[in-house]
Amino acid sequence: MSVPAELHYSEEHEWVAIDGNTASVGITDYAAQQLGDVVYVSLPSVGATVTAGEPCGEVESTKSVSDLYSPVDGEIVEVNEELDDDPGLVNAEPYGAGWMFRVRVQAGPGGETALPPGLLTAAEYEELTKSAG
Amino acid sequence: MTEFAGWLMPLRYGSETAEHNAVRSSAALFDLSHMGEIAVTGPGAAEALDYAVCGWPSALAPGRARYTMLCAPDGGVLDDLVIYRQAADRFLVVANAANTAVVLGELPRRCSGAVLQDETEATGLIAIQGPNASGILSRVTDLPLEGMRYYAGASGTVGGCPAWVARTGYTGEDGFEIFCAAGDAERVWAALSEAGSRDGAGLAAAGLAARDTLRLEAGMPLYGNELGPDVTPYEAGLGRVVRLDKPGDFVGRAALAARAAEGPRRTLIGLLARSRRVPRHGYAVLAGSAEVGVVTSGAPSPTLGTPIAMAYVRAGTTGPFGVDIRGKTEPAEVTELPFYDRRKQR
Repeated sequence: MSVPAELHYSEEHEWVAIDGNTASVGITDYAAQQLGDVVYVSLPSVGATVTAGEPCGEVESTKSVSDLYSPVDGEIVEVNEELDDDPGLVNAEPYGAGWMFRVRVQAGPGGETALPPGLLTAAEYEELTKSAG
Repeated sequence: MTEFAGWLMPLRYGSETAEHNAVRSSAALFDLSHMGEIAVTGPGAAEALDYAVCGWPSALAPGRARYTMLCAPDGGVLDDLVIYRQAADRFLVVANAANTAVVLGELPRRCSGAVLQDETEATGLIAIQGPNASGILSRVTDLPLEGMRYYAGASGTVGGCPAWVARTGYTGEDGFEIFCAAGDAERVWAALSEAGSRDGAGLAAAGLAARDTLRLEAGMPLYGNELGPDVTPYEAGLGRVVRLDKPGDFVGRAALAARAAEGPRRTLIGLLARSRRVPRHGYAVLAGSAEVGVVTSGAPSPTLGTPIAMAYVRAGTTGPFGVDIRGKTEPAEVTELPFYDRRKQR
């Protein structure tokens, strides 16, 4: 199971990559393995406002359906339309071609990107998945 | 891995979709050693089983098998079973793992003239399912498989181990179920794996997740979903397994005869989802805004490429139907069961 060191993580098993004011979001390798083969991803619309910790979509696998949470506050600027034709990308490349959506996040008072509190480092996330078994 | 009726079972070995597709296109192996096996033997065995189940085991020729049910006196289904007549005086009753205790509790009361033996712990059960199953198994068994009919079985060896080999399964494909001593199960598995790899393609192992989507596509009921103590075989569309034409009394006869005469109160239907959201177990089925039934099983169908579901709806309700998928009604189209029939596909 891979947990790239440079990413941030949520307790709901999303990863976040920050590039300037844009946050790219997907689900972790651990989450994808737990779900099994992903068959459908329902994503928020471009322009929609998302709130950290709130559901903004669904991930359907063979055996279950799970809410997709946004780990950050902001506005959806892009969604991964490739997943519509090939939802299996989520299993194959959860941190790459299986990304789900991009959010324009608010800049902080000093111009730095403000991440919501509560996001985990790679080490903390790895610890979380270990304690979950 | 997952906990299943007291057994630790693989939900999937790798990708459950790949495992499913392997069964449809080539073959795969299943470890089904969790299933219950109860031997019913002795000169009174056939007659005893005729009273115990709603089918007609005494009419089976030795070497043949039948799908049947253990019903309660009120006609409800306590378990669905496959009964193999292994010899004139020996029947093997195969029960669902979750119901083995129930069957073991009921059979002694119903089978006074027979000897019962719980062989579950001592028995390993490995299934090889798929169009290539016959070719692969034939390399490691001394049994001639070409002549073996569907729902027939014979004693022989697999990988050098003594086994009861039957042409049965729960996938909608051709295939075999191999009952062997629990201690031989690993050798049988290895022999089949090796025989399946000789073509280079390899032989996949398939888990419970694939088993569930395969049986659902084949329109086969799962106990706890389509079948239960509050369901009669007629409601499940399985009235043919109730042999009211057999002589003598059997548990549930009076109630089942009454149910047969009055017609079912609900019917099991097949639904094809019109959206990509999956109708799942327990979701409400709607006709307009009225709730008329409930989904019993639902999954994305790897073979059809759309979500499929079985559901009970009030008898006489006609569509168009929708399914309440977490608060939003998604349209679904009624389709004939099974969703997949290999004889039509090939």
